[in-house]
Order: sequence, then C-alpha cells, then structure tokens
Amino acid sequence: MSLVPYILRRLLQLIPTFAFIVLVVFILVRLLPGDPASAILGDRALDADVNRINAELGLDQPLPVQFIAFVKAIATGNLGNSITLKLPVTDLIAQRMPVTLMLTVMAALIALVLALPLAFLAALQRDKLADNAIRGVFQVGLSMPVFYLGIILLTVFGAGLGWFPVGGYGEGFLDHVHHLILPALTLALSLAAILMRNLRAAIIGVVGAEYVDFARAKGLRPRLIMIRHVLRNALISTVTLFGLSIGTLLGGAVITETVFAIPGAGRLMIDSIYGRDYPVVQGMTLALAVCVSLTFLLTDIVQAYLDPRVAR
Amino acid sequence: MIPALEVRNLTTGFKTANGWVTAVKDVGFDVMPGEVVGLVGESGSGKSVTLHSILRLVHAPGIIEGSVKWQGRDLLTMSERELRKVRGGEIAMIFQEPMTALNPVLPVGIQIEENLSAHTALDGRQRAARARELMDLVGIPEAARRLKDYPHQFSGGMRQRVMIAIALASGPKLLLADEPTTALDVTIQDQILKLILDLRDELQMGVVLVTHDLGVVAATCDRMAVMYAGRIVETGTVVNVFAEPHHAYTRGLLGSVPRGGAGRTMLLSIEGTPPGLASIPPGCSFNPRCTFATDICRKETPMLAEFAPGRLVACHHHREVAAAGSPVA
Repeated sequence: MSLVPYILRRLLQLIPTFAFIVLVVFILVRLLPGDPASAILGDRALDADVNRINAELGLDQPLPVQFIAFVKAIATGNLGNSITLKLPVTDLIAQRMPVTLMLTVMAALIALVLALPLAFLAALQRDKLADNAIRGVFQVGLSMPVFYLGIILLTVFGAGLGWFPVGGYGEGFLDHVHHLILPALTLALSLAAILMRNLRAAIIGVVGAEYVDFARAKGLRPRLIMIRHVLRNALISTVTLFGLSIGTLLGGAVITETVFAIPGAGRLMIDSIYGRDYPVVQGMTLALAVCVSLTFLLTDIVQAYLDPRVAR
Repeated sequence: MIPALEVRNLTTGFKTANGWVTAVKDVGFDVMPGEVVGLVGESGSGKSVTLHSILRLVHAPGIIEGSVKWQGRDLLTMSERELRKVRGGEIAMIFQEPMTALNPVLPVGIQIEENLSAHTALDGRQRAARARELMDLVGIPEAARRLKDYPHQFSGGMRQRVMIAIALASGPKLLLADEPTTALDVTIQDQILKLILDLRDELQMGVVLVTHDLGVVAATCDRMAVMYAGRIVETGTVVNVFAEPHHAYTRGLLGSVPRGGAGRTMLLSIEGTPPGLASIPPGCSFNPRCTFATDICRKETPMLAEFAPGRLVACHHHREVAAAGSPVA
C-alpha cells in the first residue's frame, strides 16, 4: 500500500488549517488588553501622539481592512516591522526560531533516547527491581517543575562542575549543542517520563496479544518477535503521544529559555507581548503554529507508516 | 502404529490472587499420524489451555507439568531452541479469531515468509514463490497480488485461510486447531473444515481440533475426547461415542444438538453451569449437574479407565449412563 495518496490528502488538509491559524492569530493579538501606542509612549501620552502612531501602524483602520492587509503581507512573505526593535519580523523569526527549534529537537531526541530503551527494559522486567527503579526515578522527574529542575542542573553541572555553560547560545553548531544540552535535558525529562510510561504499558499490552502468541507458535526467534511484532505495534500509540507533545515542548521552551538566558523565540515572544509589538507576536505565533502543524503532519505520516489501517 | 503425539498427565495451573487454580488436570491422549482428534467441551473446560500447553505457549504465571511426547521427544523438557524448531516447523497451531491472531500491521506475505525463514533454507525469491503457492493452496484468489495486503483487507473466511497458509508454510506434521471455525459463518465453516481435511490427506498431517460444536466433530474427527472442568471424562472413536455415550456429560452434550429428520423432540439441556476453576466440587466435578449422581460421586473422583478397547470414561456409573441410551442413536 502506498502512502503517497494519504500524504497528499493530509497536505491538502493543511490549507484550511493554516487559514484558520491566520485568523485566530490576528484576533488573539487584538484581544490583548492595551495597545502598541500606549506601550511605546507610556501612560501620559497625548491623544494626538497615540493617533499618529496608530495611523503609522495602520491600526486606525477597521478590523476587516487590517485583516486583509495582514493576509496580503503573509502572502507576499512580508510580516512587517517590529514596532520596538525596528527590524523586519521575518528577520527576527529567521534569527530566533532556529534556536528554539534546535532546543526542541534536542529535547525530543534526548527524551526518545531515554524513554525507548528504559521502557523496553521496564516492560520486560515488569514489577521487578529494574522496573520499579526506572518508574520511581521518572516519577520524581515528572513531578518536579521545569524551572526548578533547570536551576538544579545549572547549579550542579554548570556552576558547580563547570561541564556546561550556564547560559547563552554560543557560536557555531557544536558550541550551540554544548550550550543547549542542559536546557534540552531540563525540557526532555518530563516528556521522557510520559513516553516511558506510555510505551511500557503498550509493550506489556502487546506482549499478551494473540498475534504475539501466534508468532511464538510459528517458532520465531524471541528477538524477531520483540522487534517486528511487539515493538512496532507498541510504538503506534507512543508515536502519536510524542507528536502531540512537541507542541507542549515548544511551550516549555519559553520557560527554559528564560532560566538559561537563551536568545530564542520564547524570550522574544514574551518581550513582544509586554511591548504590544503586534507584528512580532503575530509573526512568531504564526511561525510556531506552522511548526506544530508540520510536526502533526509528520506524526500522522509516521503513524500511517507503522499502522496501515490509518491510511485507508 | 506408533502415535505421533502422546500427551500424558498434562496439568496446567495458574497463580492468581487467590492462590493456585488448575485449568487442566491429568489430561492424556494420543494422536496417530494423519488422524483427526476432536477435543470437545464447554467454554472454560480447559480445551484451549491444553492446546497451548502442548506447545508451551502458556503465559508466565502458568506452570505446565506432565509430559508431551512428540515423536519420542518431550516438548515440555526440551530447550527453548529445540522447541522453536518444533513450533511452526513440525507442529503448527491456528487460533479461533484470525483478526486478533494475525499481526494487524504486517502484510500477510511477510507473516507467511517469516515462518519460512525460521524453518527452511529457502532464499528470498523462493520464499516469495512458496508464499504465493500457499495462498493458492488454501484457496485465496489472486494470491500474488494479495500477499501485499494487510489482514484488515481480507474477509473473515479469507483471514482464516491466511492463518492456515501461515501455519502450513513449513509443512508441519501436526496441526493444533483452536476452534478454527467458531468465528465464521456456517457456509464458510464448512469450507474451512473441508480445507483442513483436504490438507490432512494431502500432507499426511495429524490434527487436534478443539471445538464445542459436536456437529463439527461428527463431520471431521476420527476420535474424540470430551473435557469437563479441566479433565478428560470420555474418549473413543467418534462413531462409538455418539452411538453409546458412557458419561452423563457426553450424553447431555449429544442431547443438546438439534437434529434434522423425523419427529421433533425437546432438546436435552444440561442443568446448571460448569464450575469455576477455583470452585471445582469434591468428588466427580460433574456431580452437581448429573442426573445419575449418587453419594460416591460426591466423595470420590472417578479415574479415567478403559472399559473396552480404545474406550475410556471417568464415571462411577458409566454402565447406567450407557444403558440409558444415546440421544442421537
């Protein structure tokens, strides 16, 4: 069975999704209390100045007109200029998004590398020492707030042992990786715990499935049964959970970037919201939403690859 | 003739929250080469566990005792490695529900071929050719194209054929069939049973057929063993058992099968329900439901004993039961 028609169909579905995202982003930003002019000029601004700035930014136009202008800007790839930083929003996105994406991808990889083998071990050693130890450690990781965990890691491995930098982003790819390991670990731990528990339960469920008995009755080697029959079926639900978690991970990146002083999209987002920097907030939200949608698309494709019943 | 399979004192127990329960107790029977033996009983009588125990497929808290001699070697004591050669290669098994017994995320071609990789020296191309041949053999149209399909793309009957094709891939000498037709429509049932019998003739394969359907037993089996509450209570050739049941339970089962032909009569039914594994009554486990039961039945467990050549029964009053006549004779 070919996955191509399914992928094309899912790509087409992205069009209305993106249209909806654009609309929601536009409305949400304008629902924020306060406006850019008062944020720039302060509390004692004169009405005349406020009006002048609003006119400059096009905010004196009726909402539908503003919306059409916004859609036109997106279509031409021009998201306007930042009000406070005076830079094109597309430049800001190009500068900040890769940092956050790299942090997220590293966190996702760390979570996978921790969760997959440990879930496997825990499921095979069910209710024995290894299982209880693994679950216990992850339980602690899961119940600790992200910022607190980040501060502990920073204190021990950053300030204390000096293995990792305590903040910033560095220069060049390897330096980036070095700077992002602690924040990524901070971000990864709760996801790893969730994935581990999910996969462990899935493996235990699949091991008892009749098709696994049938595979044993065929005289297959245990390793082949584990990989081809157990793991592949067990991964289906975990892949979905993993994909859905990427959105949460991007959200968590905002906090982590603050703790570790990383110049990523999260920090910029918070600053822009305080400054009512509409173009930046709009542009960044849009960019994040597109990233999340694409992750979901990728999740669906991987899931369809693992489970042919999905792509009917 | 030497039996291909000799099951002796097979006992399978499970550890539960309330202690040990015994699902199968002292079960013994033989299967000759090319013979079809029916294992009959209600749900929970231990037929399925017996079948799983033969290939040591019982899951972890279960413990299997006794002996299962397959061509002289004991399957219960041999190493995992040796056992893997027997499983699928010499003794194959098919399950009741092909929808859950086939891996939903693998094309059926791969599920056939992995059996071949485990038990034969065929290379990739030969395996693909053999898989096509097997699909043809079990009567799946357009075999070559359908190898790439997944289980959910087949109908129920076709899925059961796929499972049989997988089981037969490496030319086993014994087929353990666990209610292979229970999940199917009656017309499809007949086709599948006929297929199993044809393959038995063609491949000189013994068959152990687990079923609760005496119609199926009458149509397909040479000999039968009736199970109740984890024990075999009566065995013999299908003809003899149907003509002269010696156990009240067998008699009850036979009486509960509707028959065509002359005169309508009330169906016999066996009062009550089979006991749970944890609450098997003392003495003969069938005594609370038995119309022939006396004091001794409530105290002493009757042993399975031969009363005529090839005919065994576990009943204190089997003469009286036999004298009462067969409901189907």
